[in-house]
Amino acid sequence: MEVIRSQKRTPSNDTVSNPKIPLYLTAPQMEVRLEEFELFAVDRLRVLKGVSDGLARGRNPKEMDDLVDTLWKEHMRDPDASLMFNKDIISHFVLRLVYCRSDELKKWFLSMETALFRHRFRLQNFEAQRAIVGEFGLPYKAVTGAELEGLKERLGQVVRSLGQISPTVEAVYYKVPFEEVPDLVASRRVLIQKGYAFVAGSQLVSLVVTQFRSHISKALILTNRKWTTTIREREKDRLTPIVEALSTSYLGPDYSQSTEYAEISLKDIDQVAKSSFPLCMRHLFEKVREDHHLKHGGRMQLGLFLKGVGLKLDDALAFWRAEFTKKVGSERFDKEYAYSIRHNYGKEGKRTDYTPYACQKIILSAPGAGDHHGCPYRHFSEDNLRAALGRMGLSSRGMEGVMDQVRNKHYQLACTMTFEAVYGTSCDAGINHPNQYFEESQKILKSKTPPAPV
Amino acid sequence: MAFLRTRYVLVLSLTLTLKAILLLIITSSMVVIDGKHPGCDEYYFGRREFSFTLENDVYLRYKSFKSVSSLEHAIKSCFPYKIDIGAVYSVDPDKRHAYSQTGTNVFTPVERELVFDIDITDYDDVRYCCSGADVCSKCWPLMTVAIKVIHTSLKEDFGFKHILWVFSGRRGVHCWVCDPKARRMTNEQRSAVAEYFRVYKGNENNARKVALMGYSLHPFLARSYVDLLKGFFEGELQANQSIFSTKDKYDKILEMISDEDIQSELREKWEKSANRSSLSEEAISLVRWDQLKNTLQSKKHKAPTLRMCVEEIVFTFAYPRIDLEVSKQMNHLLKAPFCVHPKTGRVCVPIDPNNCDEFDPLAVPTLSQLIEEINSGGSKMDVDDDDDDDTDTSLLGKSIKFFRSSFLEPLLKSCKEEIESSYKTKIDKSKDSFSW
Repeated sequence: MEVIRSQKRTPSNDTVSNPKIPLYLTAPQMEVRLEEFELFAVDRLRVLKGVSDGLARGRNPKEMDDLVDTLWKEHMRDPDASLMFNKDIISHFVLRLVYCRSDELKKWFLSMETALFRHRFRLQNFEAQRAIVGEFGLPYKAVTGAELEGLKERLGQVVRSLGQISPTVEAVYYKVPFEEVPDLVASRRVLIQKGYAFVAGSQLVSLVVTQFRSHISKALILTNRKWTTTIREREKDRLTPIVEALSTSYLGPDYSQSTEYAEISLKDIDQVAKSSFPLCMRHLFEKVREDHHLKHGGRMQLGLFLKGVGLKLDDALAFWRAEFTKKVGSERFDKEYAYSIRHNYGKEGKRTDYTPYACQKIILSAPGAGDHHGCPYRHFSEDNLRAALGRMGLSSRGMEGVMDQVRNKHYQLACTMTFEAVYGTSCDAGINHPNQYFEESQKILKSKTPPAPV
Repeated sequence: MAFLRTRYVLVLSLTLTLKAILLLIITSSMVVIDGKHPGCDEYYFGRREFSFTLENDVYLRYKSFKSVSSLEHAIKSCFPYKIDIGAVYSVDPDKRHAYSQTGTNVFTPVERELVFDIDITDYDDVRYCCSGADVCSKCWPLMTVAIKVIHTSLKEDFGFKHILWVFSGRRGVHCWVCDPKARRMTNEQRSAVAEYFRVYKGNENNARKVALMGYSLHPFLARSYVDLLKGFFEGELQANQSIFSTKDKYDKILEMISDEDIQSELREKWEKSANRSSLSEEAISLVRWDQLKNTLQSKKHKAPTLRMCVEEIVFTFAYPRIDLEVSKQMNHLLKAPFCVHPKTGRVCVPIDPNNCDEFDPLAVPTLSQLIEEINSGGSKMDVDDDDDDDTDTSLLGKSIKFFRSSFLEPLLKSCKEEIESSYKTKIDKSKDSFSW
């Protein structure tokens, strides 16, 4: 891809048969204007951010299909089909440069591009889908005849287990090694026998999404290599500043560096927890005080949050030690727990300074037996959630609004409503990070208290 | 005192040698067997990560060894309390810092067995005889049924052939799936298998920890239910735990029914009959279970969440609860088979999945028993002795024999076949390139 400054755009030499969704297998041979370089990327980023929001709000697949359709039409459409296609490709490859540069960026980009691809694929008709499957060159054959007959009953059971009352077994099934469709296996949406999964025609999307994801993942590693070895230096006066600006402007602050509002000391922590922590962190904090212990998921979620809130490493160690030694003793604490607290602050191991979890990540986590992390709006039963909200001071009317959001799986909106009810103010931005909740809360509380006398 | 101490150390070292030798057998199975075969990778063993836990909880990761004898030597000189086996990496773990994190020689896992860890403490909310680190003959059957469910699925659904089940030494079991295609699975694929096995999704914050949706069970769950779980729940589990016999116990189960009316109906019935019955705890429990089933059967059309409520209760109590994190990542370490558990002194012996009803965790040989055996000179400690002697009455004789014949030999055979066939393919390919 050649980036040029000229005003004229040279016509694309794309002789590809033009399937509706490009697979981004190779970088296109075309010229791109510098302004388009940035603009196209920004538009695509709006789409990806919209996808990210939709997933965090727990939208079901059909809702995501509609969302993607809307987002794409809004930001990526062009009356000229081939120009639209070019924008699609160019914007993707520009964002690869932007998001290849760190593990976290890669992970986010990979998840969003895969989700985008998945839902765009689902919106295609069956013929178009078959064509795309063909493009990947997957050698799977359909199951027919006696083999299909023998499986019919169990295939019907699978269909019924997914909520369809009458077991209509589809006409076409593909026999595929189970490794190729991990998400279908994980959610038990396919019959598996002797290492093979039997994938229905309507489930093809899983097959291609796995291929797509694997390809993009490998591509990002190569792009990163090229970026660090040649491109970044070569383009330092032209593309590099654009690339570097693009990643920070849209993910929002990551709260890994504490701000002026956010320094808390150990002696204030109980009071601050009551007044400014979002429900998820309040729950974890209360459990630590109560049980003098937390399992790994909870330690990560709360520990990183406290770091984002401005708790220094020494104070953090003192806090966890004070609680854990009540249960496990000081020696065990030093051996088993102190290391990972220091690890979180980037003082051990590969010295990554880990960032506090955003709501999206917390909502998607999977707390199990003995865990207290996760998002209470999603993971608590209704009764437990009501009790917790009551303890936060919500009136029964306020609670109904929140529970309504929960029932519709709008967990972040529920948290936002809680925030608004607790502080008596509106929060237009919407909560999407626990540290954001904390900072906003502190802002409000500090503006209400008069400054201390000098 | 000093004399005894020296003797103890000597004896300990002998035992550890035994352990070492056994380990070598295992690890050599994860290596090329025939070092002389031109198709073998002589550096494979050197790229396997081991970790040692020494006295005073000193933990040493990323240990690797060029050969089986250097592993043995290290064990004898370090006296690790625990030995974990990790993945086979792209380069020798103990040389990993010599390679940069970029470029083609990145330090990353390349192969690792698919592993599972089931710990009975994860069942504390459904066992009444013990809690925490304890285990007894009344709750151990939970592990037995877990082995059967998972083993059947690994074989029938996933087509794996080389599966080793090992007692974890105190309160659980580990599973090692050693098929070549299992070793090459990515983290995403491992995660998928772990999630496939996951049914219990709960902690104290939600009441209904197993939610079976849809109009029927997935064939895997249906088979597990019909062949294993239902019978276990209504038989052994009820007999051992009497889960309906007291109010505390049955309240917990009633909370799993998502209909308040049905809950109160049953609660009333049981409260009335509480003092009047002369039946045993076990019998009362069974009667109440029958009553619950009948009530639900007649009322299950009331709501979709009631459709499979009976099955949900059975699954909550009896279905395996694996530790997902252990299975999902290639770099996760797991205790080596035949290790001695530092807290109980028991040897982590293999469990025969086709005979796991017979396994008794409280009858497993301990380190002190082994020491005594060695001291009394009562058994030959030469493990490499190919004596097929059925009269081998040594404490670990049976376990070693089982390990060899049911697991190791078939695996060695299959690895050899794989090496030979891939070597042959390579030769054939290069022959082609020579043709004019």
